[in-house]
Amino acid sequence: MNKASTHGHRPQPLPDVALRVKALEALLLEKGLIATDAVNKVVEAYENDIGPLNGAKVVARAWVDPTYKERLLKDATSAIAELGFSGMQGEHMVVVENTDKVHNMVVCTLCSCYPWPVLGLPPVWYKAPAYRSRAVIEPRAVLREFGLELPDTCEIRVWDSSAELRYMVLPRRPAGTEGMSEERLAKLVTRESMIGVGEAKTPNKGRKVA
Amino acid sequence: MSISETVRPKLAEQLASDLSGSSAPPRRNGELVFEHPWESRAFGIAVTLCERKAYDWEEFRSRLIEEIAAFERNNPDKQGFNYYRCWAAALERLLTEKGICSAEEIDRLVSTGRD
Repeated sequence: MNKASTHGHRPQPLPDVALRVKALEALLLEKGLIATDAVNKVVEAYENDIGPLNGAKVVARAWVDPTYKERLLKDATSAIAELGFSGMQGEHMVVVENTDKVHNMVVCTLCSCYPWPVLGLPPVWYKAPAYRSRAVIEPRAVLREFGLELPDTCEIRVWDSSAELRYMVLPRRPAGTEGMSEERLAKLVTRESMIGVGEAKTPNKGRKVA
Repeated sequence: MSISETVRPKLAEQLASDLSGSSAPPRRNGELVFEHPWESRAFGIAVTLCERKAYDWEEFRSRLIEEIAAFERNNPDKQGFNYYRCWAAALERLLTEKGICSAEEIDRLVSTGRD
């Protein structure tokens, strides 16, 4: 039997859940199991430091360094750790490469498994029931709603993240970026492009690229 | 129900994520990740306790999956979904099941907080 939500008086209105979380924190503090500072530190790290900019650096490195890209596609966890990104939810990483013929997108159908060290915490839409169910059933329609229209000749592969494997997409390098520095390339890499619901940005037109 | 109506990133979020690098408000590395302060506390507590080896992440994750599934079963139209509410319920259940806290202790503190 699934025991979820069978005891207590759930679902609770938001103020109730806020009260319960506050009570839990107070209780755990009292028992000496957590310290407020430690919790603050975790929250601040995920609010400020750990986010999609990390993944963008990984992608930019792979774009400019073919041997790094090879390592990344072969053993993503180690290759990502080389750049200093590791930690919770960053174990068992798999990076899948977009090409002209194959477009990859990532979902977690059961909950919201997501590679925290490279992408930070997932956006609201990634966790929503609509995305989790529809990404698998009708990926092409979902991509269209994100503004991404792919030719019929392009195969779409949907990867379901889990505790065992967490996926990140290596988007295609945009045209017109030859000779661009890694730092500038990283600025073209959006979070959406690394989940596979978008593409990397193209450099601003009319501005000298290199 | 279309993604554009329900789950597309809000414009403000998109703007924030388009701003690159260290100057992006309200966070330096992406967009705002929590909508309410209690969500960030529930997140921080769950991660801190796991780091302190109070449980394996998989124990938490399996309960989170159950809570999300229970919400979707009880709300076929999927309206009113709040991810961190499922998260908080999973955390509370895990802690009571492992005997780290009792439901009575939590209830007592909740009623104190309400007064």
